[in-house]
Amino acid sequence: MIKNLVDWIDARIPMTATYNRHVGQYATPKNFNFWYFFGSLAMLVLVNQFLTGIWLTMNYVPTAEGAFASIEYIMRDVEYGWLLRYMHSTGASAFFVVIYLHMFRGLIYGSYQKPRELLWLFGMLIFLVLMAEAFMGYLLPWGQMSYWGAQVIISLFGAIPFIGDDLTLWIRGDFVVSGATLNRFFALHVIALPLVLVVLVFLHLIALHEVGSNNPDGIEIKKNKDENGWPIDGIPFHPYYTVKDIFGTACFLIIFCYVLFFMPEGGGYFLEGPNFEAANSMKTPEHIAPVWYFTPFYAILRAIPDKLFGVMGMGLAIAVLFVLPWLDRCKVKSVRYRSLTHKLNLAQFAVSFVILGYLGAVPATPELTIAARVFTLTYFGFFFFLWLYSKNEKTKPVPERLTH
Amino acid sequence: MKKLLIALVALVPTLAFASGSSVHLESANIDLNDTESLQRGLDLFQHNCSGCHSTQYQRYSRVADDLGISLDDMREKFMFDADAKPGDLMENSIPEDAAAKWFGATPPDLTLVARVRGEDWIYTYLKGFYKDENRPFGVNNIVFPSVGMPHVLEHLQGIPVKEVVKQEDGTEVTTIVATGGSLNAEEYDQVVRDITGFLVYSGDPVKLERESLGWWVMGFLFIFLVLTYLLKKEYWRDVH
Amino acid sequence: MSNAPVDTGRRRFLTAATAVVGGVGAVAVAVPFIKSWNPSAKAKAAGAPVEVNISKVEPGQLIRVEWRGKPVWVVRRTKEILTNLATLDSQLRDPASAEEQQPAYAKNAVRSINPEYFIAVGLCTHLGCSPTYLPDTFSEQVEGVPSGFYCPCHGSKFDLAGRVFKGVPAPLNLVVPPHQYIDAGNVIIGVDQGAA
Repeated sequence: MIKNLVDWIDARIPMTATYNRHVGQYATPKNFNFWYFFGSLAMLVLVNQFLTGIWLTMNYVPTAEGAFASIEYIMRDVEYGWLLRYMHSTGASAFFVVIYLHMFRGLIYGSYQKPRELLWLFGMLIFLVLMAEAFMGYLLPWGQMSYWGAQVIISLFGAIPFIGDDLTLWIRGDFVVSGATLNRFFALHVIALPLVLVVLVFLHLIALHEVGSNNPDGIEIKKNKDENGWPIDGIPFHPYYTVKDIFGTACFLIIFCYVLFFMPEGGGYFLEGPNFEAANSMKTPEHIAPVWYFTPFYAILRAIPDKLFGVMGMGLAIAVLFVLPWLDRCKVKSVRYRSLTHKLNLAQFAVSFVILGYLGAVPATPELTIAARVFTLTYFGFFFFLWLYSKNEKTKPVPERLTH
Repeated sequence: MKKLLIALVALVPTLAFASGSSVHLESANIDLNDTESLQRGLDLFQHNCSGCHSTQYQRYSRVADDLGISLDDMREKFMFDADAKPGDLMENSIPEDAAAKWFGATPPDLTLVARVRGEDWIYTYLKGFYKDENRPFGVNNIVFPSVGMPHVLEHLQGIPVKEVVKQEDGTEVTTIVATGGSLNAEEYDQVVRDITGFLVYSGDPVKLERESLGWWVMGFLFIFLVLTYLLKKEYWRDVH
Repeated sequence: MSNAPVDTGRRRFLTAATAVVGGVGAVAVAVPFIKSWNPSAKAKAAGAPVEVNISKVEPGQLIRVEWRGKPVWVVRRTKEILTNLATLDSQLRDPASAEEQQPAYAKNAVRSINPEYFIAVGLCTHLGCSPTYLPDTFSEQVEGVPSGFYCPCHGSKFDLAGRVFKGVPAPLNLVVPPHQYIDAGNVIIGVDQGAA
């Protein structure tokens, strides 16, 4: 009966073939470690954001007059509205935690290298859209931080010579951030960008499954195939990685739900205190900081004592990641078999990123500004030195087969 | 690398400094399970604060329900607007522009003040008024300099006077001593704690329910975790 | 891949157990999504019982009260009207109010607690239009009946006890909402008679 149905469908669309190609018979390296959870977790969080986001729009009012009150309406008057809202706000932060770790996984195991450049580029585009999505979503509660954060970030475009002022006016649709800005951000946040995101995620997965997953050893399992053409070091994604990812999901959900139920403000980093005050265009909060996931880039912006160069520095900090596959000229992928220089460089990059994140979150003082400049240099230094030493890097011998 | 280390070392003291606040906030020490305290807080708030400050994102009926007050009690004791119904939002009656004229600024809505400022801030603020003849209402506040509101609880606390005492180690400690109020210092602390507790409740009324649901979720997830771990182990016995 | 013997029993049990527990979790996650569609506190507050002072309603007059967003009518019936109502049974679809269109305490010949006042939700049971009250000219619609309700949308007709006439599209009598008398002159609409 079921077989007949499957045959009927398969005669019309390649259902079984697609399943086998991407799940049932998708050869996955057998030595994934915990770093490989974050891809599937990102997918989980994406679904969470979509579902809770759709449900939030059912009660949210996208007007300057009604937005703030409608959030409190969701939090108090709608049955379980508080849970949906906290799932969405905690999910936003979780998304970036997961994505940053996912990206760092790519860095340490060289997953951006040939032949996975496009995979990396699609991933970077997802990251970019996600930042836009988060930024626009943050305006919607129409609290003080929403308002002034948007004001500051939109003003960044004012740094662009000649067209800057007109551009900021055009983005806001008003002389200050206003209801017009809120409406367009809402439309982009709930419709346009999610659509783009879905397309990019699809492309990201297609690119991944075309070339196959990298792994902690950074060697291609497709080079060693058995007589049936199956990679010797590969295992089918299902059931091995489905059960493993479910386990990873359970681990993640424990942390996620702990934050969700017991500290939804995330210590003031996930939901900032001043954002519980309705937007007031006459009064700026004492200390404006973007949400934590933007703070590393914000620190770079603040570190540079020139508006235009600051904005360029911030843009470059993201843009340079796009060209990473071509900056790294080493043939060895995984950090396991690369030089000590590379290991240290990678470590200092991670440290710089975290410290910049901290510096972007606290009020600037002269000492901290100097520190931010130092770490801005080390941030960019990572890419520069990588380009320098990777050409003739002294690497260790790479094994033929996967190790554990 | 060396540059990095030096910068890191240089950073440590500044970070410690950056996180310090200018005024020491006293711990409010509130207990959301103490329903009686919350009820007293509602009573104090409605009689002393709600004349100027709304709590317009919450409803009378929800507060009554959460705080164990009957709707009739709520209506009789705490609803001053004759037209208000129990399901209404706790808005207040003074027009915004009139208030702005009287106080120089519209008294803010306080539903979420505990989430904006924190409970300790509210507690210290309500204890932080002191006599200052240079201010329009004759009082100032240690955590909110040039405060724009009068000391509404003066009939309870008395007239507070700020004293700065220099300690032996050179640090200065600010204390406020009040005289002439109907309550002694301890009783006044409790009054302030009650109000603070009510405002913390108002800011996040679902907190207790959220946390108790949270424990069920955590319990469930641990069971799920164990199962998925065993399942993963079982399948991965195939992989060598 | 290895050829080690697989304990299929254990494997099957763990798969089933995980699936069941995971399924329970998925259902639990669906709960807040489903429950959030219930009327919110705001909707419930807006739909709260409404108190009406009916002492000022003049004989033959109809007043409208909003309850849960619907028009609720209060009509003060005269002796003549009440007498007339008793003569209409043969022309009505459900003269004895057999259908559950009213609370038990209003299931009587005049469909009300106090015969003088008729209280009903002013929405036609056909497709939800609000019928027009014709206090003097209803005999143009039904001969011999001086006053009644006429629905302008599809021509349904009701007498002053909200009972539907035969031969019109509306299938049922008008709905009598739950209501109770606090005293002779005040009614709460939305709370059943006898409920606290």
